Amino acid sequence: MFVRGLKRKCFDGEEDIEGTLAGIKAIPSYNLQRQSLLDMSLVKLQLCHMLVEPNLCRSVLIANTVRQIQEEMTQDGTWQMINTQSTGQASLDRLVSTDILCRSSREQAEGKHVPGYGTFNKDFEGGQGQDSSETMSTASSVQAPRNLQSNMWEMENSQESKGNFQKSLDQIFETLENKSPNSVEDLFSEVDNSYYDLDTMLTGMMSNTKMGHCDGLETFSSPTNTTSNSNCKSDLNELDHIVEILVES
Amino acid sequence: ADIISTVEFNYSGDLLATGDKGGRVVIFQREQENTDRPLSRGEYNVYSTFQSHEPEFDYLKSLEIEEKINKIRWLPQQNAAHFLLSTNDKTIKLWKISERDKRAEGYNLKDEDGRLRDPVRITGLRVPVLKPMDLMVEASPRRIFANAHTYHINSISVNSDCATYLSADDLRINLWHLEITNRSFNIVDIKPPNMEELTEVITAAEFHPQHCNLYCQTRCWFHLELCLLSAVFEEPEDPSSRSFFSEIISSISDVKFSHNGRYMMTRDYLSVKVWDLNMEKRPVETYQVHEYLRSKLCSLYENDCIFDKFECCWNSGDSTIMTGSYNNFFRMFERDSRRDMTLEASRESSRARAILKPRKVCTGGKRKKDEISVDSLDFNKKILHTAWHPTDNIIAVAATNNLYLFQDKVN
Repeated sequence: MFVRGLKRKCFDGEEDIEGTLAGIKAIPSYNLQRQSLLDMSLVKLQLCHMLVEPNLCRSVLIANTVRQIQEEMTQDGTWQMINTQSTGQASLDRLVSTDILCRSSREQAEGKHVPGYGTFNKDFEGGQGQDSSETMSTASSVQAPRNLQSNMWEMENSQESKGNFQKSLDQIFETLENKSPNSVEDLFSEVDNSYYDLDTMLTGMMSNTKMGHCDGLETFSSPTNTTSNSNCKSDLNELDHIVEILVES
Repeated sequence: ADIISTVEFNYSGDLLATGDKGGRVVIFQREQENTDRPLSRGEYNVYSTFQSHEPEFDYLKSLEIEEKINKIRWLPQQNAAHFLLSTNDKTIKLWKISERDKRAEGYNLKDEDGRLRDPVRITGLRVPVLKPMDLMVEASPRRIFANAHTYHINSISVNSDCATYLSADDLRINLWHLEITNRSFNIVDIKPPNMEELTEVITAAEFHPQHCNLYCQTRCWFHLELCLLSAVFEEPEDPSSRSFFSEIISSISDVKFSHNGRYMMTRDYLSVKVWDLNMEKRPVETYQVHEYLRSKLCSLYENDCIFDKFECCWNSGDSTIMTGSYNNFFRMFERDSRRDMTLEASRESSRARAILKPRKVCTGGKRKKDEISVDSLDFNKKILHTAWHPTDNIIAVAATNNLYLFQDKVN
């Protein structure tokens, strides 16, 4: 069925996909799916960005999808989630990591945080030393499309910076692969069926009362990956834009 | 053979042009009636092959311009020669295809092999005579329309006045006169002042077959605009079926006016819609091409298949419409009876004179014999380009790098 795809493992038995269409259990799963979709879209946009001449129609459609997710997540962010940290922490581990967005050293030095998400930020940064691979591409990057778009469509960037970015992306993935196989599997631990059902689920969710919560909100942290950071340094031009988004300037 | 990127019959249907990813144009000609071979009518044989576009390099932007032919459109025939427009992402070319079946012999100043004769040796004067020769088909570029599109050209359409044509890229539509190559008129520009605000692109444009001042354009979200009458056709969105993929799947990939000029047909990812020019509120007919894919949209988004642009076409009487799908399937819908059929373009099922067997996709439950399940569909085999003969029931179907021609059973 797939032209190209990622190898996936079934969810472990704890999470029942069928039962996630209703109730509180649906919340982390829905956001997991939505976050994965967002991550996928951002990777696509980034890959578009690396092309010399991206397909404008495709880029616009992907960017619009990201915008749509962003709007929904922003709306959901006004709702309080019933199970906050614990559930958030658990779902955090399972989120697909596509750490293509690096904090620049400048931003690190300034110690900026995404406003409003400070609490979770600290928690995350506390744990980040342990497992830097499980950082998130973050929903804060949803604002990235705007600037990514302008970068991409105006084709301002030099080939060199593109090459460096490609290198950094490759190295990130390499870093992830060098970790234990389990964590790599976890990174891509999505069930085919879940994707098939994503549309149904999302449609169903959207037509029902919005079950907003802070889960999406809590994913709005700024990731730091020390391994990839040095590689990203050389690509400040593009990352500057992303950094701006992270600090919501 | 390269991947076929466009297929187009000429106005009489005697010629069929294909463009491919390598910038080549191959023209097929229909066999004439032959009493010795009564069944040969309907067969198409290669008539001419030429390299239309070469890869180019844009030094200013430091990028390569693909030679892939995006569209071919024939001009109505006005003399013995045939003219067609072919375009890649940036440049449109007008080609003249002419036949030469006579050769002049008996020149005064040169020998038969072309060498100049020694003037001293010429003692008499003679009139050259035309002698028959093997048919030679020549293609020569007559006009090159360049440097008018910043973005990728997706459509060209010849006006019914036969003097002008339009070309559309992602953000602009230009109007050209066929005789003038150094100037074009920009008639639509949707480029925002700030590219960050870009949320839509133009996906297709076509002139009305009869009214020379009427054309339509489509956008990447479901937006069909009949221009110069300033009518916008838009179907209200069904809120219950809204998903993150709604916009992508409602993006119009192709638009075609019916032959009688009364209807327009649009193709989006999952369906074909027929619009009455007099009714802007909603389509008069909607045909589901492969509804079973609706539950697979996330996977199709991941593997980029959701961005595939399928074409659609009318038959001569505007009573049947055809469009492609995956697994080398193509679909036909009869408008009056609402019957639909799924057929396959494959070597196995396409022996000469063989009758195509209808195919069926199993959407759930127990799979019957001869049915194919959704998960077994080959998404690499997609039929994006199809064409219907202007008067007869002959269809051309491009399956990656193979061209299939099917016709009604000859009685």
